[in-house]
Amino acid sequence: MNNTPPGLEFEVPILDIESKLKSLLAQPLNSTVEESIRQLRRQWTETTRDIYSKLNPWQTVQVARHKDRPYTRDYLNLAFDEFIELHGDKFFGDDRAMLTGFAKLDRHKVMVVGHQKGRTYKERSACHFGCAHPEGYRKAMSKMRLAEKYGLPIICFIDTPGAFPGIGAEERGQSQVIAESMFLMSQLKTPIICIVIGEGGSGGALGIGVGDRIAMLQYAYYSVISPEGCAGILWKSHQFAPDAAQALRFTSKHLSHLGIVDDVIEEPLGGAHRDHQQMAARLKSYLLKTLGSLTNSSSEKLVERRYDKFRSMGVYLEQMEDGNQNLVGTPITADMV
Amino acid sequence: MAQQTDSIPDSEQIAKKRGVPEGLWIKCPGCSSSIYRKEAERQSNICPKCRFHLYVSARDRLVQVLDEGTFEAWDANILPTDPLSFSDKKRYAERLLGEQDRTGLTDAAITGTGMIRARRVAIGVTDSAFIMGSMGSVVGERLARLIERATEQTLPLIIISASGGGARMHEGILSLMQMAKVSAALARYHKSGGLYISVLTNPTMGGVAASFASLGDLVFAEPKALIGFAGPRTIKATMKIELPEGFQTSEFLLEHGYIDRIVDRSRLKTEIAQAIDYCGKY
Repeated sequence: MNNTPPGLEFEVPILDIESKLKSLLAQPLNSTVEESIRQLRRQWTETTRDIYSKLNPWQTVQVARHKDRPYTRDYLNLAFDEFIELHGDKFFGDDRAMLTGFAKLDRHKVMVVGHQKGRTYKERSACHFGCAHPEGYRKAMSKMRLAEKYGLPIICFIDTPGAFPGIGAEERGQSQVIAESMFLMSQLKTPIICIVIGEGGSGGALGIGVGDRIAMLQYAYYSVISPEGCAGILWKSHQFAPDAAQALRFTSKHLSHLGIVDDVIEEPLGGAHRDHQQMAARLKSYLLKTLGSLTNSSSEKLVERRYDKFRSMGVYLEQMEDGNQNLVGTPITADMV
Repeated sequence: MAQQTDSIPDSEQIAKKRGVPEGLWIKCPGCSSSIYRKEAERQSNICPKCRFHLYVSARDRLVQVLDEGTFEAWDANILPTDPLSFSDKKRYAERLLGEQDRTGLTDAAITGTGMIRARRVAIGVTDSAFIMGSMGSVVGERLARLIERATEQTLPLIIISASGGGARMHEGILSLMQMAKVSAALARYHKSGGLYISVLTNPTMGGVAASFASLGDLVFAEPKALIGFAGPRTIKATMKIELPEGFQTSEFLLEHGYIDRIVDRSRLKTEIAQAIDYCGKY
């Protein structure tokens, strides 16, 4: 419960209880205080469950962007046994928005590639708030090639508002590197697990998002465009971001229905930002289970199945010769709208 | 990915922006002079005064590039639907019908096979008039099938992009995933030894630029086309700076090393044929 104001608007009832609890816990304990604490805790659980069971897509985005949400670096600290950072793209620079290196997870030696947003203002600005430049994707590609060469599985943590939009980024081939990275990942002869841990911001996310298993934390979102961007274009004002968030169907529930994500990792009650330890433990157990199942397959089989996985994505009609139309893929159903 | 366009101009603005000939006379977006529409059409929609390359429909493009009567469409029976029940100010399902009606296309890409100076090729063209030439499930599926057929039949592959909209917002994550799907198909094609020539035209942005359009063995661009990842307005708004002149044009990309050649529209067919010959893929 590491909330500091200002919190999220819809969390106010939860935050109120949390602050009451905090002041009670600071008091000397006696039976009356203890009873109040027990009551408040029950109330906290009920209120939190109630609010979080009804999160709308725009509120989900707020949770995914929460300033206390665990980032790639937090998972490396909490879920992994060792992390040896590897810097640089051997071409232009070392993009802090893309964190890469060797890591150990129980008996597994792996390569971790993940967006990093940064916690303090100084870190955030060094990381460009998790928006990678071309050198970030080049760095990711160089470490992934290394992983393939030495048979290390790759774990990608996706958490970006989008690839960096700027003059330098365009000059150094932002489009080119994202395209190349997908091209490369689709053929890498080593297992790849991609997990959207916070924001899955369009091409910047997909640039490290082609893998054998695509998972997502419960309150993460993964979208073709930010809700603000979409609102700006289609509603002509950023103020309609909540409407765009609703229309884009980008929550874990929708994406798992659409067959885009294989697994949704449940978050602790009240979101990952309330309990880093527990979230990291759940992530670790997911990774161990999935690594175990992927490392049994031959690399040729993996690459073939990875191709088929992405090949089958899309929803369209196929007009048959007899005049009938076949619907291919799984659209969102009326009860999910 | 679709943030590149920043805001949707109304249809009149679109027409102006794309240089779609509306009346007898049109204003050239390049030099602002009035040009006689028929005269521009005679020159493959190039401004006779400043040689600005105006909008060309996908169909006209095929006529310009392929030998007469050789085009055979593939996968025209793949049709769009509204998988998310998406609605902004208008329902996507309605928007699709409107765009189909207005353009005569079923979606933003036409794919198939044809001959370029007697060399058989697999060819795909996107049309910026259909929802900004954006890629949804149908564009992705048609291109993936095109690339797979090119692989099976060992044909050279030509994709001519005119996509200002990038990945299509109205199909959400499904559009984003088409980038991975088409790129993966290109990786297989590449492994099989195929020759892929990507031609960038005005505009090629966002998710289209950041996938198949950038993956050519050879990348050609028409002069002065707008090509990039993030839209100029997005960059301007984020960075709060003025953009340098000529930013994100074909010439800018050539200067920074991302395209092989800038090719005038009148030479495109010839240069594609030449490249196929150099690579021994006829």
